[in-house]
Amino acid sequence: MTLAEFRGIKPAIGEGGQAAEPVHRQGAHPGPAEYVKIGLTLATVTAVEVAVYYIDALSDVLVPILVVLSALKFSLVVMWFMHLKFDNRLFSTFFVGGLILVAALFVVVLATLGGALV
Amino acid sequence: MQHSPALETNTGLDNRKLLMWLFLASECLFFGSLIAAYLLYRDKSVTGPYPEDLFDIPFTSVSAFILLMSSVTMVLALAAVQRGDQHGLRIWLFTTAFLGILFVSGQAFEFTEFNREGLSLSTNLFGTTFFVLTGFHGAHVTVGVLILLSLFVMAQRGRLTQAESLHVELAGLYWHFVDIVWIVIFTLVYLIQP
Repeated sequence: MTLAEFRGIKPAIGEGGQAAEPVHRQGAHPGPAEYVKIGLTLATVTAVEVAVYYIDALSDVLVPILVVLSALKFSLVVMWFMHLKFDNRLFSTFFVGGLILVAALFVVVLATLGGALV
Repeated sequence: MQHSPALETNTGLDNRKLLMWLFLASECLFFGSLIAAYLLYRDKSVTGPYPEDLFDIPFTSVSAFILLMSSVTMVLALAAVQRGDQHGLRIWLFTTAFLGILFVSGQAFEFTEFNREGLSLSTNLFGTTFFVLTGFHGAHVTVGVLILLSLFVMAQRGRLTQAESLHVELAGLYWHFVDIVWIVIFTLVYLIQP
């Protein structure tokens, strides 16, 4: 049994020797219209980020707002433009694994050496 | 739709794409280390200039916007090659490369201005960590532009067909990655200041 069969992944060679859907494109990707909508959302969020930066009344909550907006932009690009929402979960596992290691690195470095976000 | 020859691998996934995601995971740690170093040392400089003396938020916001929009054009290039639209592929690839060049030019201008104001790699801890972090990011964008221009030349010569759409997809993954790194840098380095 191959790892692919164990994981329940469709074989690349279909019945009758015909090539199945290429293995690097497991799910259907969105169309151009959807990409443009995501792009407009990203542009709007960036404009909001910059606006929030200049509003003095929000200075006390500036950091959480900016972190949330930044995380939103990050997620939109990763999920839609990099297709993690549609592709095989193994890709997500690798990438999220890297992000978890980065988070651990941040916590260890900033906590032990005395750095801070603000 | 014409596809590349089906592959039989242990994982059932294309090894080139798998390798690209592993590479990007390692790049997360690379940039994570540089960002952590910046956050650790940015307010430990004993001499100026300091971030608040130099940062030009409107200018950097435009740069961030340009790079973000280049991600849109990149994904449109991928959509074009996947539906066999060669004309669209060439237009979007070139636009993405052009936006990347604009971003790198903006960064070169910013570095020059900072240097004129007295900040260099060895002036203080802020200068060292800032230039190393943003310099490495700029180098990544430059490599991305070279990859995009190579793909554009391939497309011009008719060597980037629907069957080879994976080349565009892999370049796109790299390009989107440098974009998300800038999303983080823009917020943590430029907008959130001590």
